[in-house]
This record gives sequence, structure tokens and C-alpha cells, in this order.
Amino acid sequence: MKKVYKLIDLDCANCAAKMENSIKDLPEVDDCTVSFLTQKMTLRVPDGTDMDALMDKVVKLCKKVEPDCQIVL
Amino acid sequence: MTKKQKNVLIRIIVAGVLLVAAALLPLEEKSLLRLAAFLVPYFVIGYDVLWKAVRGIIHGQVFDENFLMCVATVGALFVGEYPEASAVMLFYQTGDLFQSVAVGKSRKSISDLMDICPEYANVERDGQLEEVDPEEVELDSIIVVKPGEKIPLDGVIIEGSSSVDTAALTGESLPRSVKAGDDVISGCINQSGLLKVKVTKEYEDSTVTKILELVENSATKKAKSENFITRFARYYTPSVVIAAAVLAVLPPLILGGGWADWIHRALIFLVISCPCALVISVPLSFFGGIGGASKRGILVKGGNYLEALATAETVVFDKTGTLTKGSFEVTRIHTNSMNEDELLDLAAHAESYSDHPIARSVCAKFGKEVDHSRISSDEEISGHGIRAVIDGREVYAGNKKLMEQQSVSVPECGCKGTMVHVAADGGYAGHIVISDVVKETSAAAIKSLKENGVKQTVMLTGDAESTAQEVADALGLDKVYAELLPADKVEKVEELLKQKQEGSSLVFVGDGINDAPVLTRADVGIAMGSLGSDAAIEAADIVLMDDDPAKISLAMKIARKTVRIVRENIVFALGVKALVLVLGALGIANMWLAVFADVGVSVIAILNAMRTMKIRS
Repeated sequence: MKKVYKLIDLDCANCAAKMENSIKDLPEVDDCTVSFLTQKMTLRVPDGTDMDALMDKVVKLCKKVEPDCQIVL
Repeated sequence: MTKKQKNVLIRIIVAGVLLVAAALLPLEEKSLLRLAAFLVPYFVIGYDVLWKAVRGIIHGQVFDENFLMCVATVGALFVGEYPEASAVMLFYQTGDLFQSVAVGKSRKSISDLMDICPEYANVERDGQLEEVDPEEVELDSIIVVKPGEKIPLDGVIIEGSSSVDTAALTGESLPRSVKAGDDVISGCINQSGLLKVKVTKEYEDSTVTKILELVENSATKKAKSENFITRFARYYTPSVVIAAAVLAVLPPLILGGGWADWIHRALIFLVISCPCALVISVPLSFFGGIGGASKRGILVKGGNYLEALATAETVVFDKTGTLTKGSFEVTRIHTNSMNEDELLDLAAHAESYSDHPIARSVCAKFGKEVDHSRISSDEEISGHGIRAVIDGREVYAGNKKLMEQQSVSVPECGCKGTMVHVAADGGYAGHIVISDVVKETSAAAIKSLKENGVKQTVMLTGDAESTAQEVADALGLDKVYAELLPADKVEKVEELLKQKQEGSSLVFVGDGINDAPVLTRADVGIAMGSLGSDAAIEAADIVLMDDDPAKISLAMKIARKTVRIVRENIVFALGVKALVLVLGALGIANMWLAVFADVGVSVIAILNAMRTMKIRS
């Protein structure tokens, strides 16, 4: 299953790379790309993943790296 | 500028004025009052950086750029360099603002390139025109496209004629004339007449949506150099910080003193430790190249494919539909045992279920409605032809191999072109000669590839040796492999892949029909998109929207330029940083230069990256 989320105020390219790496390390995520240019996050997760619970974790990880950045859920 | 950027700009101006004021105040060097005077602009400009640094430490983000800037400037305050601390913070924020504006601008100009998204559709309801969101238009609705408007959805014209501008999709500047019965695709601009269009695809499946998705997704497929930079960034920052720590402690211990000077030098290291210039400019270059290519009707699915295309050494072509128009025409009918009409009738019925261009041209020549009730069985024998039972007669239609397989003897015929042999009831019935025309641009395309450093051009085809050789000679191809089955094509490409040199790549160009496995197997698969063929867009890495083989060398030029700019940026950014690190360690560079090496280099690299978008034809 592929999910795409919009990001607002993602201002730093290195932060995008850091977010991507930390989200990739989540056990329930198969793959993740955070594109600084399109300001979008693409998540690849197994079918039937509890997205609400996962996104809570993802939001927390992103806040750690870049407090200003918001994920449009 | 966004609201956030405007805010920062105001703070920069205020802090700038306060900084000048503090410098002009007649205060004693290293006095507390002087420190206080410089702390005012420092906090005005740097409070958010400080706050982010604190949050970063709480979350364990030690090598975060905010934190490093804080350590550097607070350190400068401790060693008594008050003006430098405030000024560096100011300079850093200014550079950051420039960078964010430049990235925003680039992002916008790339998305402007892809300005094919329709805003509304005029739907006819009860004789009234209504403007609605294209996403809400259902299949088979009738939409009206006025002159000057974008065609919002794919459909077929039911009334009116006009010329449509396909430049946004194909890069082709000549408008195409269309009339009732023609298919039109979304994203084109209707130029002259009013068109009534019956919608054949919903918005999610329309050409515009597919193209936009493809280009947006391209950012998720990273080029090797992009991955290299991300990995590099992970090690770069910690290494520089460790080097800074060593520089601050070791020399004064050995030399016995001079702490302030060495700490100052170490702080310079911290300022340059952010890898941002590289992390931004590399993907931005690829994104710009992909944007510029799509403007020319070349859709690239990822930066990695541009990178591979730049090193193309062998280009393998499929013949039909790629180098030739693929619009076959029946040029002759030779009969053996029956009359021409009867032969054509049998052949057309046998081929009626096939999508192959040859089959279609036979049906086109037949010109009448095919009566499906007469066909009781029909199967395709891949690479050979078709076996069908028509009116109870067993009919084989296909190439010479098929006839041999059925032990039907084929008389020699001197005709050029592709032959569909027909056998009925076990006996040879005759053959239909079909010729394909070479595209006008094919010869020039091959020549241009050679000029661009492609060492070998190869053509693969299922056609007969003689036909293939004729085309190859006309176009100046190096090698031809004829009479191949689809599976043989994969094998040939595998063989060529083994022969090529290390570090170069093999490109396969096909029309997406029947050659999907080869498209996937090659280093770079280029498909003729024939204005939205799903199979082609799906299987290929690069799609040529207007089926013009001359676009291949243009794509190569774009790829080379992009890769060159990426290299320039990497060398430039790393070079400047390395230089400033050395100068800093020797005590020659000051913190100002270090900030330039950080944000200034980023801005220059971004501006350089934007050059990828501009392509001379």
C-alpha cells in the first residue's frame, strides 16, 4: 500500500533526509521517501496497516527533526 | 515570498540596524555593556535558532545545523568576539532566507513547466453549460471546449473541428487538426473551433493525471549521486564536529596556551559543518532536468534514469512503431488457390482479435465489418501468427515459420515488405504483402546519436531478414537481428548487456507493445508513448510523448547536462568547504567566510542547478 502526504514548511533539505532515514527505521514501514522538492512524503506499508497509529509515530519523528514542519493528514 | 519568509526579512532588517548601532556606540572593548549591546541584535535575529537548538538537544539531535550555529556563535561570545557572533548569526539567517526563496522559486518554475492541469470542464446538462471540477465529470458526459480552453479530459470529438496545440504534452509546436470522430487528450489547448467531446476517461485515468503523477513520483527514484550525497552528509557533519573538537583542544595543549585563538578556529569548523548545499542542489538538479525534459515531451521517471542515459553506449531499437511509423498498409495480394477477396476475407477474420499493427492493417484493407459469428476458434501463436477456425475451415495466417510449422510449402516471392501467409484446410492459399514506412526523423536520429558518442546502434525485429536489412541500410544502423520472437529479443539484449563496457549503459527503445520485458531488462527503457498508451507508460523508464526517435538524442543531451551540473555542484561545494576548513585551521579564514562557505555556496549551487531546466534545442 502506498500513501502520499503533503508537507508544509519543510525548509531544510538535510532535515528531509533525516526524517526519511528515521521513518525508514520504523518496523511497520517498508519504504519511505521525503521529497524536499515536491514537499511530499511517500510511505510504502504492508496492506492493512493501522495508518492512524503509524502516523502518530511518524508525526512525532518529524517533529523531533524539524519542529516547524507539518504533515497534512 | 511566504509569510514566514517576510517575517525573517523584517527581523534581518531590524537586527541589521541594531547591529550597526551597537558597533557605533562608544563602548569599552570586552565590557559587559558592549556585550549587552550586541546581544540585542543577536537575540532578535537568532532567537528561533537558539530555541530550535534547545529542542534539538532534548530530542537528541546533536548534529543539527541550528545547534551547531548556536555553539559557534555562543563560543564566539565567550572568546570576546561580540560583533562577529551577532553578525554571523545575521549573515546565516540572510543566507538561509535567500536559499529558501531560491528553492521556492525553482520549485515554482518547475511546476509551471508542468502547467497542464485543467481547472474546470464545461459540462452540458439539459441544454445548459455548467462549469464543474474535472474530477466530478462522469464517463460518457458531453463536455464543451471553447477556443482557447484546455481540454480537461480525454475523449472523442462528437461535433466540431479545430486545431489543438499539444505543445505542453509533446513539445511539438505544430498544432494538430482534429474533427468529429477523432480522439483528443487532456492537457491540449483547443485553438480555433468549438468542440463537443464525449468523455472516455475519468479524471484519475486521464493523460494529464498520469503525466503529472509520473513527474511528481520521479523525485522518489533517486540517482546514484543523490544517494551518495545523502550518505556522505551523514558522515560529513559528525566528522567536521570531531575535527573541531580536536582543533580546539590539541594544539593549545601541545603548544601550551593560545586557547581563545584555537577555540575561535574550531568554531569556524562548526559553521561549515552543515551539508545543506549538497543535499539540496543534487536532487534539485535532477528535478530541473526532468522538468525541462517533460517540457520537450520527454517524460523521465527518475533521476537514476537520467544518470544512466548520460552514459549510454549502446542503443537498441525495436523496428516497428519505433524507427518505422508502424502504420502498415497492404500493398499487394498474391493468391494461390482462391481469389483476392476471399483471401482477404479469411485473413481479416483470422486477424480480427489481434492488436498487432499488421493485423489491424489487414482488417483496414478488408474495410467491412467482421462477422464474429463465423469465427468458432481463434488463438495467437506468439511470434508466428494466428490459428483460427472460420466457417468450419482451419485457417493459419502468419509468417513463413508458421507455414513451415504446419508443413505448408511457401513459394518464393520477390516482394519487399512483411508477408502474411495464409493457409486454409492445410493448403497454401496465398499471401498479403504489407509495407511499413520509415519515420522521417529516424535517419537523422541515428546520426545524431552517433555524434553524441553512442558507439553502437542495433535493431531488433521479428520481421524477415531482407526487410530488416533494407531498413537498417537506409538508416545507417550498425547491427540488425531479424526474425526474432519476443523472447529472443530479451536474450539478444542480455547478450548485448554482457558485451558493453563497465560503467556504460544500454538503452532499449520500443513502442511498449510486446516488448515490455525488454524495456524492463535494459538499463534504460525508452517507450514511444503514442500519446498516452498505458502499456508504454507503465513499462518504460522514459516515455517519448510524440513517438519521435530524434528525441532520444535530445534526452541524452539533457541527461548529460544534468549530470555535469550535478558534478559541478558537488565539486564546487566540497571544494569551497575544504578550502575554508584548511584556511580556518590555519587561522586565515574568519567566521564570515565560513558562513559564506555554508549558505552562500548553497545559493550558488541552487542557481546552478536551475540551469538544468533550460535546454537549447
